[in-house]
Amino acid sequence: MARKTGGNIKDLLFERTTGAFAFLVLFLAVLLFAVLLRESIPALRKFGAAFLVTGTWDPVLEKFGALPFIYGTLVSSFLAILIAVPLSVGAAIFINEFAPPWMKTPVSFLAELLAAIPSVIYGLWGIFVLVPVLRDVFMKPVTKYLGWVPLFKGPVYGPSMLAAGVLLSIMIVPFILSVSREVLATVPQRQKEAVLSLGGTRWEMLRIVIGQHCLPGIFGATILGLGRALGETMAVTMVIGNRPEALLSLFQPGYSMAAVIANEFTEAVGDVYLSSLVLIGLILFAMTFAVNLAAKWILSKMVARASRGI
Amino acid sequence: MRTIFGILARTAAALVLSLAVATGAMATDPLTINGAGATFPYPLYSKWFYDYSNANPDVRFNYQSIGSGGGIKQITAGTVDFGATDAPMTEEGMKKLPGAILHIPTAIGAVVVVYNLDTVESGLKFTPDVLAGIYLGKITRWNDPMIAELNKTMTLPNVDIVVAHRSDGSGTTDIFTNYLTTVNTEWRAKVGRGPSVNWPMGIGGKGNEGVAGVVKQTPGAIGYVELAYAKQNRMMVASLRNKEGKFIAPTLEATSAAAAGVAKSMPADFRVSLVDAPGNDAYPIAGLTWILVYKDQKDEARGKAMVRFLKWAIRDGQKMEAALDYAGLPKTVVEKVDNALKQISFKGKPLY
Repeated sequence: MARKTGGNIKDLLFERTTGAFAFLVLFLAVLLFAVLLRESIPALRKFGAAFLVTGTWDPVLEKFGALPFIYGTLVSSFLAILIAVPLSVGAAIFINEFAPPWMKTPVSFLAELLAAIPSVIYGLWGIFVLVPVLRDVFMKPVTKYLGWVPLFKGPVYGPSMLAAGVLLSIMIVPFILSVSREVLATVPQRQKEAVLSLGGTRWEMLRIVIGQHCLPGIFGATILGLGRALGETMAVTMVIGNRPEALLSLFQPGYSMAAVIANEFTEAVGDVYLSSLVLIGLILFAMTFAVNLAAKWILSKMVARASRGI
Repeated sequence: MRTIFGILARTAAALVLSLAVATGAMATDPLTINGAGATFPYPLYSKWFYDYSNANPDVRFNYQSIGSGGGIKQITAGTVDFGATDAPMTEEGMKKLPGAILHIPTAIGAVVVVYNLDTVESGLKFTPDVLAGIYLGKITRWNDPMIAELNKTMTLPNVDIVVAHRSDGSGTTDIFTNYLTTVNTEWRAKVGRGPSVNWPMGIGGKGNEGVAGVVKQTPGAIGYVELAYAKQNRMMVASLRNKEGKFIAPTLEATSAAAAGVAKSMPADFRVSLVDAPGNDAYPIAGLTWILVYKDQKDEARGKAMVRFLKWAIRDGQKMEAALDYAGLPKTVVEKVDNALKQISFKGKPLY
């Protein structure tokens, strides 16, 4: 950064102002962490590290543990990623590489429009459409024939971990889709043509191009989707069944961290109760922070390898 | 650059000017009374505030329906003029208050048991033990002999009972679990009462609409919602056996009858539970909702306006309750509340 100004007051003012904005963001993050930590002290003091592995949530006796919520958040989010990534990357490849021009714009526009729908609308649609359909068309037949598999154990109610995962996957598709499309578009046309000119099929061309060039970008898109899934509150709480128990079966109700905070915060009267909810918030904060940090690290490795490969 | 700064400066000047105008105008604005708390009486209170302010343009109300717990927190901190709650304050909570507080009952709510069965009509009969048995997970099928015995005229299907409850902390859950705690010793020992409890089983739905959603979408489901919600959505409701052994369908009259049943033994501070109330016509899962005001008001004008409004609410206000599906206070209770309002004072001077 060359600074030849010296006396230019406006430049200095501009630099200082934008600098202050940048630090404000940092300051807010630190403040958020500090306040969460301070407010969760009563719960930390009472339960300690056992809070992470305890499965009881009893507001009457003030006995709290976060295990079912941590489990529910992780399982529903990874389920969402598992469904959404192949779907959105596939759609991105189709739109960018195969779709006729008249189809490109409307399809991608509509897919991206999904991101603009408020989550409470997703939740309502989940209750009235997705959950009954999933229950009758998928869960009931599966549990009838594959009920012996622990993942598909009945009884089937409808609201469940699976419903939350499927709903979340629909919600994160637009994010992963649009970033994946951007990433695919960055591949130089000449590189693609080079593969084809050597006699490669379209599949081979895509495999090479994606493997060499796009993997870091698609991974980044996945993390973006994961971040959204981890924190999603309203839609999840409306379909997950809100049962504070860590059950292996995807057809059983579960609970997520964001959902329990949204559900119980307003009516939490006891000090330990309120503090336990804040502690769950702190754990969620730390979890998203860790996911992003890990993603940055993996991404840097991938970028390094990808650039070496070319 | 210059133009940008020019625009900024002009905007700032305009802002300052408009602020000055606003503060100037505020001096002649009507008095605004701030309140916060329960969501259950919110539709009723909005109607009251609207009608009252139309008749008395010098007073305005600002009510935040943030939940009973929030209302108690805010009145304890003194950030509002009144709080509102569906669950009376605990002794422990009242110790944290800066001064003595009054619980002013304004309306009665009932919690209704709803279900979804194809072959059965509205009006399935439940005893307290059957209801507790279902929510404890001991009665798991609809054709269980304990249910069948009470409902000989109905054909009960051989399907699983899907239990639904509220997932968010709420006064509705507090009244419902208070009822189960009162009528069933096993429930009292295992679960207890509160706005949120550790449910032995079932699916949690967020809000009345969440529970209703689960019940409507799931064949064989049972849940509980506010009376008004069940009525407006025409859900199938259960009749419950009350203290006198009569099966009572949930209606506004039966809910008011629950308050009339405890009127004689009403404590002076009105912190009374209406669940399992005596009286032939009393519906057993009912509860009062209260407005919380300090006995010693800090501001004479505000205190006076508050008392005037409460006097109006327990008289004229009661006439609006039925239209909005709330049960009104019985006359015997209104008289007692009226007397309590005389205790509100400013520096020892009554504001009534």
